Amino acid sequence: MPPLLPNISPQAWLRKNLFATGWDTGLTLAVLVALLWGGWRLLGWLFFQAQWQVITNNWLRFLIGRYPLEQAWRIGLLIVLGVLILGMGHWFGRTGWYRWVGGLIWFGLAVWLIAGGLGLTVVPTHLWTGLLLTLIVAVSSIVLAFPLGILLAVGRQSSLPVWRYGATVYIELVRGLPLIGILFMAQVMLPLVLPGTWQVDRLLRAVAGLVLFNAAYLAENIRGGWQAIPRGQFEAATALGLKPSLVIGLVILPQALRISIPAIAGQFIALLKDTALLSLFALLELTGIGRAILAQPDYLGRYGEVYLFVGLLYWLLCFGLSWFSRRLESVSR
Amino acid sequence: MLAVLGGLIYFFWNNLNANLQRLNLTPGFGFLNFQASFSIGESIISYRPTQSYWRALLVGLLNSLRVIGASLVVATLIGLAVGIGRLAKNWLIRQLAFGYVELLRNTPLLLQLFFWYFAIFLSQSNNQLNWGIVTISQQGLGLPFGLVLSPEFSALWLGLAIYTSTFIAEIVRGGIQSVPKGQWEAAHSLGLPGFVTLWWVIVPQAMRAIIPPLGNQYLNLAKNSSLAIAVGYPDLYAVASTTYNQTGRALEVMVLIMASYLSLSLMISAAVNYLNRRMQVVSR
Repeated sequence: MPPLLPNISPQAWLRKNLFATGWDTGLTLAVLVALLWGGWRLLGWLFFQAQWQVITNNWLRFLIGRYPLEQAWRIGLLIVLGVLILGMGHWFGRTGWYRWVGGLIWFGLAVWLIAGGLGLTVVPTHLWTGLLLTLIVAVSSIVLAFPLGILLAVGRQSSLPVWRYGATVYIELVRGLPLIGILFMAQVMLPLVLPGTWQVDRLLRAVAGLVLFNAAYLAENIRGGWQAIPRGQFEAATALGLKPSLVIGLVILPQALRISIPAIAGQFIALLKDTALLSLFALLELTGIGRAILAQPDYLGRYGEVYLFVGLLYWLLCFGLSWFSRRLESVSR
Repeated sequence: MLAVLGGLIYFFWNNLNANLQRLNLTPGFGFLNFQASFSIGESIISYRPTQSYWRALLVGLLNSLRVIGASLVVATLIGLAVGIGRLAKNWLIRQLAFGYVELLRNTPLLLQLFFWYFAIFLSQSNNQLNWGIVTISQQGLGLPFGLVLSPEFSALWLGLAIYTSTFIAEIVRGGIQSVPKGQWEAAHSLGLPGFVTLWWVIVPQAMRAIIPPLGNQYLNLAKNSSLAIAVGYPDLYAVASTTYNQTGRALEVMVLIMASYLSLSLMISAAVNYLNRRMQVVSR
């Protein structure tokens, strides 16, 4: 951001920030020339060479993929309800119980509206695609990874060697492996370690892989928060006569989780980007649906257009989320 | 709790045995000596499809190491430059570095790899991009002295290096900002020029804050190199995946993948720890 101090004239600002020395002037001019040339080429491509029909004809496909169009109103309704619940929170005051109850109600509605049943047409999981699937997978993976992550974090601090070593080995093992390896394991190994008669959905297997992966990273985030808690908190809680499990559950964990919220937000953003890997396992989330559209004969070779548009959607989500979490952080301080 | 965990492990183990019996598979690594009979796009050592799965996996491992090494160097150089650029006095440079970081680290690496490979390399049908010393065409990346790198390697190399460089840039920026302002002022009052101050006074001190998180980024880079399969570069994971598709040996392939990536991670963290110790000794 330029320092917009009232007593600095535009000329002085330019001199200070762009043309301070001869070397600086040369650098500025060289960068300007490169930027203008690159920008000119980019604009030329964007407006004259690129054929945007692939986006304008399919924009809804990118968002909800193969979800039946006549049922698309359900997704719209879900978004409206979400905004409504958030807005009503403003009215009632954002108290703790309202957040929990509102969130739970919305979650229940989300499951019902997306999956169907109870009077609505059932939409099978292989039709959950596009940005919709990216969001479903990211949200459900982080939520399901939470209990396991907390368990691992507590296990890593445990005084029982079995728990401590078990949790440490799991966390370090998973963190040493690429996500694609974990997803591969979830796809091919999960059916092998479950009874042969159980049919586990491809989507469910992918979510299981993401959960196993993210739990290890979450555990490390929570441990970071845990270690920031002063020893006095343990001692005070123990002196009050609380059992060790209550010391952890009532005193330590709530504080540790609060401290690690920024790290968990970062983890969620990373997870959102990681969901793109599901496209390598025949699941059509945002990246996968882009590739499916590119495979249609009408849109052969429209790589630049499709990948730029998909990238823009990811960017808006991730940059928006990180901006929002930084704002929350500075407000709560 | 322990009983639940034990029961779960027993349950999985039982099912695994039953399923392997049903599929008529006996666990063992003997199959690795069989003929691989698939071809590999590029290799440093000689390889023919008549050779064993062992040889194929070794080719994959060497290809992984090659792209990791190349990306590591380039990612560090770009990251260093952009990180310093984030703190430049020049407003234009500062904004450019900021835009670079925020634009590239908020999109998935996989998507960037697809973009590099399909939209940049494979889309140069007749005309090639020619910038004097570097050319980009369907044949790949042309470098000086007639060196041509395959489009698969180049896309993965550039994608990995550029994506990782954004994270390194943020680490470098944080490291430089952690050096007290007095160091700048002291060097300035000694009459040292800006660049000398930065390189000989600030960067060595910033290194101590930079190296541990930098090591984490190197580990991430090594793990992310497994996305090679998306652009068809035959790295370790891609070869292992082909091996699984041909033999159906899920358990053994899984063990091989885990063992090689874990030892790769251990090697990198050992190297970073060594570097870290060297840097710490320098301090008084």
